[in-house]
Amino acid sequence: MSKDVFVLMEQRDGELAKVGIELIGEATKLAADLGQKVVAVLLGSDIKNKAEVCIQFGADKVVVVDDPMLKEYLTEPYADAVTAVIKKYDPEVFLFGASSIGRDLAPRVSARIHTGLTADCTGLDIDPETKLLRMTRPAFGGNIMATILCKNHRPQMATVRPGVMQALAKDTSRKGEVEDLKVEFKTPVVKIKEVIKEDKKTVDITEAKYLVSGGRGIGSPEFFGELQKLADVLGGEISSSRANVDAGWIDKDRQVGQTGKTVRPDLYMACGISGAIQHVAGMEGSEYIIAINKNDTAPIFDIADLGIVGDVKVIIPKLTEAVAKVKAAKNAQ
Amino acid sequence: MKIVVCIKQVPDTTEVKLDPKTNTLIRDGVPSIINPDDKAGIEAALEIKERLNDGSTVTIVSMGPPQADVALREALAMGADEAYLLSDRAFGGSDTFATSTIIAAGLKKIGYDLVITGRQAIDGDTAQVGPQIAEHLGIPQVSYAEEILSIDDKQVVVKRQFEDRYHILELPVPCLITALSELAEPRYMSVHGIYDAYREKEVKVLGFEDLKDMFDPANIGLKGSPTNVYKSFTKQAKGAGTKYDDVSADEAVKIIVDKLEERHII
Repeated sequence: MSKDVFVLMEQRDGELAKVGIELIGEATKLAADLGQKVVAVLLGSDIKNKAEVCIQFGADKVVVVDDPMLKEYLTEPYADAVTAVIKKYDPEVFLFGASSIGRDLAPRVSARIHTGLTADCTGLDIDPETKLLRMTRPAFGGNIMATILCKNHRPQMATVRPGVMQALAKDTSRKGEVEDLKVEFKTPVVKIKEVIKEDKKTVDITEAKYLVSGGRGIGSPEFFGELQKLADVLGGEISSSRANVDAGWIDKDRQVGQTGKTVRPDLYMACGISGAIQHVAGMEGSEYIIAINKNDTAPIFDIADLGIVGDVKVIIPKLTEAVAKVKAAKNAQ
Repeated sequence: MKIVVCIKQVPDTTEVKLDPKTNTLIRDGVPSIINPDDKAGIEAALEIKERLNDGSTVTIVSMGPPQADVALREALAMGADEAYLLSDRAFGGSDTFATSTIIAAGLKKIGYDLVITGRQAIDGDTAQVGPQIAEHLGIPQVSYAEEILSIDDKQVVVKRQFEDRYHILELPVPCLITALSELAEPRYMSVHGIYDAYREKEVKVLGFEDLKDMFDPANIGLKGSPTNVYKSFTKQAKGAGTKYDDVSADEAVKIIVDKLEERHII
């Protein structure tokens, strides 16, 4: 009899990725509706010390596979480890981050286990009657939403993008159990010849509280400098729609939208962004949306909490100045 | 080396619009294209063939309805040697598990050394079929391939992208690679190529009967799919807030600053 909601805790160099913590938060709701437990699955090398963190963020139990073979991500040993966990514990639900790791690992495992997998879910809930996991995801470039079921195979597997679910607050008093699982690994046939870490400071726009985002309407790559000034006075980051990334004006890791990142900051300022469905899919969960656009019929106004029809090139520098002034006045108090 | 590229014909989702009155998709007149990541895969395969120049061939495989013939002809016109369409009513309604089961069966039938798929399709965005094919075939995979650094008939060296790093990975042949669009910039079809694609080359169709010994018929189509769509709906638009049509830049700045203060952002 399958049971419990399992979450893969993604890690890089021994640091837990935020997406796993977020998934534990979501898993606690699903587990409550099922009357079952949340189990975090921690794979890595010298990783066991992170088990407590999983518990503090909401896991009831942590299954740890600690092995030098799992130091850097490789499909084969990771798929072997996850398969071993599934064979031993028979999970009801298994959630993965929809990252470049989760989206490589989860399909490989689902094909091996012969179960269903639903990619990039934006909503998960339990059907009150059938107790099945309802997995809702965008398709067709974000134009339609589909709710998917996996009735006859277990575990019900899903990937969820970083930033979509909300993590619980850390509770250092929580207690839970930690179990080690020993896995017999074969020597992988794929070999890592080299690991090249990006030396540029990687910004994670999904972590930013405030985002100042530029679209086609900003007119030139230089104008990102102006957006950066505003982001700096606000204490936020800059991001972009796809057009400017494709044009090479800004790095891909700052792209918001269907083919970029999903963000939910407290403030999203859409500057010269028309609001194509693909873009909106990545930012509509933002707490407060301000849109500035010359075109008064731009679809971004349909979802903006505050819409200004006007020229970003004139408004933004003035706004930066005004915000700086207000902040300076408040700091002086 | 026999290089096989798996492609999907997709609607150009950037052309899809919503009907503002009914809030439903306007699908009419939306052009079908070769999925962009897959097209990069075709180009990468053609470049490998040219680089090796040892009699290596490029085969294109697609699963889909008869209309997908157009996509396969386009790949032939780019320079691919042969093309197979896996098409049968029995394949309809397949989810990614069932689709990968069918494509893996097709690959077993056709033969392969290096399999290239796109990372993900723009209509479904799942990125699942490539790794699932590799598992069904029992061959190693590398997804998110950004560059093929070297290749011979024994091994492939690939640059694999992660969010914060790259891996340089060495894979034995046979293996499967899922291509990012950065992998290669697709060439255009040549006039000669288009002529060949329609006059000299053929698209071979493989159906259920051709593949039934290669898969368990219980694992394909709607019935063989572990997942199914329970319901689909058009996304509810988040309601619009306040919009100011006719304000000066200074007024706009004041409105925004007031809101930012009210929300304790500044």
